[in-house]
Amino acid sequence: MSEQALVEIRDVNFSYDQRPVLKGINMSFGKGKVIAVMGGSGCGKTTLFRLIGGALRPTRGEVRIDGKVIHDLDDKGLYEMRRKMGVLFQFGALFTDMSVFDNVAFQMREHTDLPEEIIHDLVMMKLHAVGLRGTHHLMPAELSGGMARRVALARTIALDPMLILYDEPFAGLDPISLSVVGQLIRRLNDALGTTSVVVTHDVQESLKIVDYVYFISDGVIRAEGTPDEIRASDDPFVHQFVHGEMDGPLPFHYPAATTYAQDMGVTD
Amino acid sequence: MPLIKSVRGVGHRVVDSVWRLGVASRFLALTLMQSGVSFRRFQLIVKEMFASGVMSLIIIGVAGLFVGMVLGLQGFETLKRYGSESALGSLVALSLVRELGPVLAALLFASRAGSAMTAEIGLMKATEQIAAMEMMAVSPVARVIAPRFWAGVFSMPLLAALFSAMGVFGGYVVGVVMIGVDEGSFWSQMQSSVDFRDDIINGVIKSFVFGVAVTVIALFEGFDAPPTAEGVSGATTRTVVESSLAILMLDFILTAFMFRGV
Repeated sequence: MSEQALVEIRDVNFSYDQRPVLKGINMSFGKGKVIAVMGGSGCGKTTLFRLIGGALRPTRGEVRIDGKVIHDLDDKGLYEMRRKMGVLFQFGALFTDMSVFDNVAFQMREHTDLPEEIIHDLVMMKLHAVGLRGTHHLMPAELSGGMARRVALARTIALDPMLILYDEPFAGLDPISLSVVGQLIRRLNDALGTTSVVVTHDVQESLKIVDYVYFISDGVIRAEGTPDEIRASDDPFVHQFVHGEMDGPLPFHYPAATTYAQDMGVTD
Repeated sequence: MPLIKSVRGVGHRVVDSVWRLGVASRFLALTLMQSGVSFRRFQLIVKEMFASGVMSLIIIGVAGLFVGMVLGLQGFETLKRYGSESALGSLVALSLVRELGPVLAALLFASRAGSAMTAEIGLMKATEQIAAMEMMAVSPVARVIAPRFWAGVFSMPLLAALFSAMGVFGGYVVGVVMIGVDEGSFWSQMQSSVDFRDDIINGVIKSFVFGVAVTVIALFEGFDAPPTAEGVSGATTRTVVESSLAILMLDFILTAFMFRGV
């Protein structure tokens, strides 16, 4: 993709027990880019996400971040690498026993020796960036789904990471919140000069904000390209996915051993 | 071959239990090794002591009061037969300090605070809060588990002491105030028969051991729970059952060592 790749995924294979989930994946995420990894449920997106985060080890191949093979790092090295990464989980994963302020301040307090006054100002800046400065005193249970996602986004960028991973950031959001979160992902990426990887199946919103798209199906990359290339693609899989068609390379009917007529007792 | 099948089933369960015991021991070792943060930032332990200890005060206090009142009634009826009503203070205090205080307080702690710890940790796992912490390069064992562990260990002896104190007060109310046992002999008999080293310290040791057992079981079950509603509810039930059995078993072992010939 880019000469200056922050994340390099080379020939990555991964299996749960004997079941292969990813088969020979090759990807490259350039610095400062927003990349979408798309595919249907169970296609291996989240597994890939966890491989990049160092939570899983590939059965073959390697994942390099900033030049280092992440799954070869020891615990100390992995934690050091993770300090440079931000992760936004599907439903925010805010700490429910802490206020919004404390959630955003969490990493600053854990990883830095900054005085409370500076932490206060930094937290307010992060919350202001996502438009939720006014919620700093609230508890996560008092936020709507969209607001919780934005607070989680503020927490993700707390230490200005070089790489941000988003796991289904648009899941379960109303159209306004969805658009707001999408715009924030793009704007924050550009403002911080970071690299963002968005794992999602929301095609329309993603194509508006990303620089490059990978489509995964059955554990392999089925298509890739810029949003314009994807929109213009005549690949049947991409076409079905982008236009949300009911039937296509991904069949509507789950394969059955017998025909419909046989099951209905019409023929033998 | 139903017999072979059931023998195999029992074998599987035993192997599984031993394996889980090993994993829980490793979990405890990891918790102890990563406890440095909790002591450097002691407010983390204090916060958890409020949740597990202070919030258990009412149930422990009320239960202790009623257990002491029952001991007062039952003890008086029994001692009256031998004309030893004046020994009521000794009976109430020794029963509470040696046995009932540590054991019942631990059982109540397991039901009240242990189950809450398991549910909280299990839900943190189900809602990806534990995974989020890992991804923020913060060890969940150091930041979430260790403070709760030490809070439980420190709270347990204090709660057992409160249980015993309230029990003694309940025995006093029933025995002295309501039934009319002589107040002087109630307190003096108690003072002369309760030994600080043999009774009180041993009771504290018991409650400390129970505190370790209950808290480790509660935290391990929560951390090990499948991240589903069913998984969390199963883990919470297991915490109460396993903790209760562990308390009673450990009580027998400790009593056998502590009170031989006392």
